[in-house]
Amino acid sequence: MNDTPMHYCPGCSHGVVHKLIAEVIEEMGMTDRTIGISPVGCAVFAYNYLDIDWVEAAHGRAPACASALKRLWPDRLVFTYQGDGDLACIGTGETIHALNRGEHITIIFINNAIYGMTGGQMAPTTLMGMKTSTCPYGRQSDLHGFPLKITELAAQLEGTAYVTRQTVHTVAAIRKAKKAIRKAFENSIHGQGSSLVEVVSTCSAGWKMTPRQANKWLEENMVPYYPLGDLKDTTQS
Amino acid sequence: MKGKIIVNEERCKGCDLCVAACPMHILELSPLNVNSKGYHFVVQKAPESCTGCTACAICCPDACITVYRER
Repeated sequence: MNDTPMHYCPGCSHGVVHKLIAEVIEEMGMTDRTIGISPVGCAVFAYNYLDIDWVEAAHGRAPACASALKRLWPDRLVFTYQGDGDLACIGTGETIHALNRGEHITIIFINNAIYGMTGGQMAPTTLMGMKTSTCPYGRQSDLHGFPLKITELAAQLEGTAYVTRQTVHTVAAIRKAKKAIRKAFENSIHGQGSSLVEVVSTCSAGWKMTPRQANKWLEENMVPYYPLGDLKDTTQS
Repeated sequence: MKGKIIVNEERCKGCDLCVAACPMHILELSPLNVNSKGYHFVVQKAPESCTGCTACAICCPDACITVYRER
């Protein structure tokens, strides 16, 4: 991680996850052999903060880009860093197929249930009844459908080796999330199959809350719908 | 004093998460001073009680807290 001040809003979970990725890469000694794919969304400037090689993919196309890079450079650690608008909305096809092919890549999925960068519109992962700027009366199933659990979908696929859902709202949760990211990266290097690490995150600006309230809201509303823990782990055997 | 923290005040965005995470409740947002972005950065109100547990540094999204421990 370099000294560039991050552009994220105060209390944004992106900063914590960036830090965890930087720590894991450094501990694994992979600084010179890691390629990250940054998304379109708030994390588009991730390449300014982590001193590794980066590729900026078209909106939602990060897993396709990562597949190509990993096939060309099998000894590299290739990961994508995507938000819910990039991964679960415009890039659902790429994500599902890259995971289903069992590409040896890691996908870090930041799920904050809202489109943060564009101003708090409804995302596929927005919870039922949750108010956003494009569903001001709350999300309704007959009009907007149901929140998409992409991690549960990924756990059903044959190609995935490790599918987990973590959060970073407490110190204990951050430590767990770091272990999950480390495991996913090791799978990527050892060619075990694709890994998906979902991080249930806060968007205090989009949710119109203070960071502290956002963490509380996450625990009370997001965690019951998006239960934490490992959904699939074939690396144990 | 078992631990000491150094806050990068310019980088701090005053998100209050470290204040909530500190098990000793010795952090607070500076009530009067702000940095160049206008944020009330975090300060230690009772530095002598710091145990150097690194909870504040782990949860800081902007990586602006460095923790030193007494050996």
